[in-house]
Amino acid sequence: MVARDLSAADQGATRRAPALRLAPVRAIVDQVRARPFFGIAALIALAFLLAAAFAPWVAPYEPTFQDAIHLMAPPSAAHWCGTDSFGQDLLSRVIYGARYAFLIGFCSVMIGAVGGLAIGLAAGLLQGPVEWGLMRFVDAILALPSLIMAITFISILGQGIDKVIYAVGFAMIGPFARTVRADVLQVRAQAFVEAAGLMGVDRLRIIWRHILPNVIFPLAVQATVRISEAILVSSGLSFLGLGVVPPTPDWGLMISEGRAFISFVPWISGVPGAALALLLIALSIVGDGIREQFDPKMRSNR
Amino acid sequence: MLRWALLKILQTAVVLLIVSAVSFSVLKLAPGDPVELMLGDEYSKESHRSLMVQLGLDRPLPEQYVDWLARFVQGDWGKSFVSRTPIFQYAFVEALPVTLILAAAALLLAIVVGVPLGVLSAVRKDTGWDAAAAAFSLTGSAFPSFYLGILLIWIFGVALGLFPTMGFVPPWQDFWGGAWHLAMPAVTLSTPFMALIVRITRANLVEVLEQPYIAAARARGEPAWRVIWVHGMRNVLMPLATIIGLQLGTLLHGAVLTETVFSLPGVGRMITDAVLNREYVVVQAGVMMTGCLVIITNLVVDLSYPVLDPRLRPR
Repeated sequence: MVARDLSAADQGATRRAPALRLAPVRAIVDQVRARPFFGIAALIALAFLLAAAFAPWVAPYEPTFQDAIHLMAPPSAAHWCGTDSFGQDLLSRVIYGARYAFLIGFCSVMIGAVGGLAIGLAAGLLQGPVEWGLMRFVDAILALPSLIMAITFISILGQGIDKVIYAVGFAMIGPFARTVRADVLQVRAQAFVEAAGLMGVDRLRIIWRHILPNVIFPLAVQATVRISEAILVSSGLSFLGLGVVPPTPDWGLMISEGRAFISFVPWISGVPGAALALLLIALSIVGDGIREQFDPKMRSNR
Repeated sequence: MLRWALLKILQTAVVLLIVSAVSFSVLKLAPGDPVELMLGDEYSKESHRSLMVQLGLDRPLPEQYVDWLARFVQGDWGKSFVSRTPIFQYAFVEALPVTLILAAAALLLAIVVGVPLGVLSAVRKDTGWDAAAAAFSLTGSAFPSFYLGILLIWIFGVALGLFPTMGFVPPWQDFWGGAWHLAMPAVTLSTPFMALIVRITRANLVEVLEQPYIAAARARGEPAWRVIWVHGMRNVLMPLATIIGLQLGTLLHGAVLTETVFSLPGVGRMITDAVLNREYVVVQAGVMMTGCLVIITNLVVDLSYPVLDPRLRPR
């Protein structure tokens, strides 16, 4: 018990919400100035985001257009990144693939954050057996690695983009719930909450006015940081052949399709893989920057 | 102390029960009728009915759950509907050792390389070494492991022909052959983990090295290696053990993908194939096994805290 309490307190301490509401904008400007890598990473992530948003205008071909003369063509003027075994343009598919990556990433993180907020709030506010039971339930969810959890949901739900979003989202509820609970416990122990209680302020009002605002902000930071995790898990699902179905231009699926040709047409896997790796690294640098900015303990380490 | 340990164990038992209930419901929620799957396309109403009774599927759910759990604990995990072989043999005796060996090799590699790299990075703080280690740690933890595996296959397997690109040789039968086959999968699986260990070791050691007792040890004239590896690392062990224990789930997560990339017959492949073949009993067994493995490791980590750090011994 001692050990868990210690680590919970430690987690709580590292995620204290700053009071400033305007902080995000200024924080990003500060970050760019303080470390150039953050700026580059943010630009790369932004480029991916723009490519995803304007895919029909940016991509040279339709993602499922099959150029029958150029099967497995190496990179050329007509096909900048080459074509796959169906003659589909890899660059166009990678650009459209960014849409699916972001769509799945955003939506599943939303599901995970909302679910985690509900369970974490309940576990942090209620006491006694209900809290204990809820936390054991979260422990049980956390015991299953997120990918295996998502695979399990897929086995029940079936395949497809919407199913992948649900599966990855449900699998992320556990970690969100745990951090929300830690934050709730920390806020609840503070003097102003206690004072409000002593002044006879309504319990629901305390939760709404005092506890929720202090929990939402760190949750939002967490959600941003975890988008890359959602993209990683969903592309893993597709790579295993359990996620979205062909011919959807999903990166994980494309990497898996190119696997059979790796010895003589390495770019079929290589191009989508490079896109995925680049985006994940960029998002992770951006995530680290955001987390550090809002995390007094981490900042003092530097 | 004993009371605390017992409480922890009790808590773990409850979590195990919840995991078992979750894996039981996988089978119940799964689409399709298992009886129909077993009988094939043509069957009579009577044979359908009698098989349902025989399998106990006509009884209330809680009763089915208790019955299932009792049989599961005894190692009777049912038979695969498709291949009609015992699942226990397939999942526990054949697939699990492959995954465990892969995970152990990856873990060993991650510690052997990651800890010294983290120490180097902390001791030579703010130098080129530190920056290189930070870059490695960042790239390694964000890089998708299945893509890394494919790159390794392409470079070391296909282009250079140094390592086999697929297959598993049990190291207990042929150690060097096994190690040779396991090398690339282990590197693939260990990279994100190694990156994490570098990061944790560096962050904690930097903090520890600023403590007065380290200055005192230096002032006594103790050699630098002793100050770092004996005095310093002792206080880094604890967070390191926590991370290694708690990240076992991540390791299993990576194992699923690594096994698919390198065609290793482990638990991850087993679960993936089972989902593709709609063999929910096997999915259930896989979920149960991974869940138990992670939960029991977490218990061991929790129980080891007081051993590693005397300050945490409950009075």
